[in-house]
Amino acid sequence: MYVAVKGGEAAIANAHRLLADRRRGDRDVPALTLEQIAGQLSLAVDRVMAEGSLYDPDLAALAVRQARGDLIEAIFLLRAYRTTLPRFGYAAPVDTGRMRIERRVSATYKDLPGGQLLGPTFDYTHRLLDPALAGDAPVEAPERRALAAVEDCPRVIDILDREGLIEGDGDPAGEPGDLTRDPVSYPVGRDLRLQALARADEGFTLALGYSTQRGYGRVHPFVGEVRIGLVDVEVEIPDLGFTVRIGAVRLTECQMVAQFKGSAEEPARFTRGYGLVFGQSERKAMAMSLVDRALRADEFGEERRAPAQDEEFVLEHGDNVQATGFVEHLKLPHYVDFQAELDLVRRLRAEAGQRRAERGEETR
Amino acid sequence: MGAFATTALATAAVAGGFADPVFDAQAVFRLLMGAMAEPGTVADLGARVAAPAPLVPAAAALLAALADGDTPVWMADPAGAGEAAARWLRFQTGAPITEDRAAATFALLPERHDPVGWASFPRGTSDYPDRSATLLLPVRDFAGGDGLVLAGPGIAAERRVAPAGLPEGFAAALAANRAGFPLGVDIVLVCGTAVLALPRSTRVREG
Amino acid sequence: MRTTAMTAAATPGPAYNFAYLDEGTKRMIRRAILKGIAVPGYQVPFASREMPMPYGWGTGGVQVTAAILGPADVLKVIDQGADDTTNAVSIRAFFRKTAGIATTTRTVEATIVQTRHRIPETPLAAGQIIVYQVPIPEPLRFLEPRETETRTMHALEEYGLMHVKLYEDIARHGHIATTYAYPVKVEGRYVMDPSPLPKFDNPKMHRSPALQLFGAGREKRIYALPPYTDVRSLDFEDHPFTVQSFTEPCAVCGARNVYLDEVVTDDRGGRMFVCSDTDHCGTRRAEATP
Repeated sequence: MYVAVKGGEAAIANAHRLLADRRRGDRDVPALTLEQIAGQLSLAVDRVMAEGSLYDPDLAALAVRQARGDLIEAIFLLRAYRTTLPRFGYAAPVDTGRMRIERRVSATYKDLPGGQLLGPTFDYTHRLLDPALAGDAPVEAPERRALAAVEDCPRVIDILDREGLIEGDGDPAGEPGDLTRDPVSYPVGRDLRLQALARADEGFTLALGYSTQRGYGRVHPFVGEVRIGLVDVEVEIPDLGFTVRIGAVRLTECQMVAQFKGSAEEPARFTRGYGLVFGQSERKAMAMSLVDRALRADEFGEERRAPAQDEEFVLEHGDNVQATGFVEHLKLPHYVDFQAELDLVRRLRAEAGQRRAERGEETR
Repeated sequence: MGAFATTALATAAVAGGFADPVFDAQAVFRLLMGAMAEPGTVADLGARVAAPAPLVPAAAALLAALADGDTPVWMADPAGAGEAAARWLRFQTGAPITEDRAAATFALLPERHDPVGWASFPRGTSDYPDRSATLLLPVRDFAGGDGLVLAGPGIAAERRVAPAGLPEGFAAALAANRAGFPLGVDIVLVCGTAVLALPRSTRVREG
Repeated sequence: MRTTAMTAAATPGPAYNFAYLDEGTKRMIRRAILKGIAVPGYQVPFASREMPMPYGWGTGGVQVTAAILGPADVLKVIDQGADDTTNAVSIRAFFRKTAGIATTTRTVEATIVQTRHRIPETPLAAGQIIVYQVPIPEPLRFLEPRETETRTMHALEEYGLMHVKLYEDIARHGHIATTYAYPVKVEGRYVMDPSPLPKFDNPKMHRSPALQLFGAGREKRIYALPPYTDVRSLDFEDHPFTVQSFTEPCAVCGARNVYLDEVVTDDRGGRMFVCSDTDHCGTRRAEATP
């Protein structure tokens, strides 16, 4: 007699146990500490914070460990935790002009106030696997310079702005939307697009940004500036009427100077694409700024033809937690629906066979 | 939450909320959902709040369960006769109190409020018919008034109700509201601790 | 405020609210449900939260259930008609853990049934609520991927494209080739996606005495059918809507006129058909063997 498969609960418990075992790995090897992950895999932690929309290196390190290094899984863990947090207030806009800079490069000027500062970059490393890193060879202390006063390092974009050569920086008035608190209805403003892009999957954003360079929504970009460093976070205390510094976050900002526009009424000027992400991630910030600019097509009367210019397409498909859930849900049982399809395909084939047989009889 | 003076009014605003915010809100919502799903049935929400007049207990309970900072509540004369009620609602729910009908998510209508004025509450848009107001209308009793025959979703065939103390032109206003479906307002009659819902999907005739 | 600890008692961890969601989120979902009930078949946008389970695995249904659930509820969760599929087991355990509520596998005992892909064979009764997990709530999505377009189509009641698609099937195959997620029209107004039910279950939605709620988490939509709502499967006069029928009865309980799973028993074409609804099948067997 047929007995249906049972014991889902026990199977799930056993799967979780096995997962925990594989996560821990060889017990003779010391377990990774969160300090090691946050300190030595810090770019993975940065990505988890950026796409998890939560700045907390310790929790992000925990998520990376819990997810066995699967960063999308770690982002998911951080997001699911973030959603339960109460909102105590909103920070004042951060001022990246007052960033304590660790790295800063501009592609538009050879030299500029504050200078070019390479900082901790992979850029000019030769990608040769380094056997020394297989062990724990001592590492030289870095060369440090005295921290320049923030005033000495103006944003490149502000230099262009003062000359009137680039469009304004948008309208600071009005409260920005929050797609984690309100349902999105299209068309959306640039505020929601930037929020979505800041949270979007790095690979998705990278591919879209790349596509604009290959002609799918070309924006003629120049990197005005990429800067990485710490920025103070301040909140306004309503009853006191002033702002209080509650901490600092590491940010990567990219100001992309894009194709100029002008018309009979307006003199030509450059336009902007903007990228800002938690942690150190130039790839993400630069790709974001390309896609931001591409999505502004309507503002400049550009024809929207490419995926990167289509806000519904970009916003609905850039979230890797949504995407991975829906792609992977296909492994859940679908046998009820498959049965319905089986039934139909069998019927259609039977009917076609019958029709062939009837035709055969007629010609005979 | 802003500072408030320790007047008697303020004390009344702080008191009288749900004793158990999680389960009272759930219970009120479930009863209201049942009433909305089966228009014309009376649901007693229970004595869960104590709100200042002119707030009817059922209306106060409904708003305590469903209103918050995202849902402006319209009421008449919030600075005058409605001041204590407005203060209670603001404290208990965080909802902004508005005199602008077009901004209202919920509206606390006075008794026998003239339906002609209901047209200025949000009825939703053809793209978003859900962006519409829910009107709370106090009645004297759920029985003893002129008969109304209800039909539509939530009603197996027909359901007869006879609320007493309805404003003049109520049935005609509901018919007009139904004619605009899917746009329209949703109406909840309140009396004591009980509610009777008349969502826009309900067809109403006198009889 | 009563809270339910998610973590083991020994480890001080984050404490979550009853049924996981915070009260503000529940209020927002509850308001969306009420508007959904007032406009049957219309998809109400809601600010879906990121749940501790993946999108596509029932986050919409779980949020709806969490928003309506009270301590006296008895919850049944099915996936493919079965209470013992892993995702059904997992969702049931989630609510046991976060809400401490009673659960059941018996359709008749449940106050709330959360489902993926089936409606129980035992007719639902007045007072019961069924919550559907919905992956793609927009019935027009496969014809038009843009939300801005489909929203306008619903606003204008512009459903011609859907009929054209169904008629193309007839022209090509002699049948409407949609076998699940078969679109319905609600109260003569909104075309609605019934979630990926086999069309076998569509007639059960029509004038059901139970309240039917639909939650799509990733797509951020909630919709509803109040009891006794008119729900018609789209069809044509010369090609009326029909449901699947099975030639043989359930191999286990002998039931006819129920939906069956095809179970492959060997690799030489051996197969048998058994009830998809495990509660229905088990109840029949229990009744047959006193």
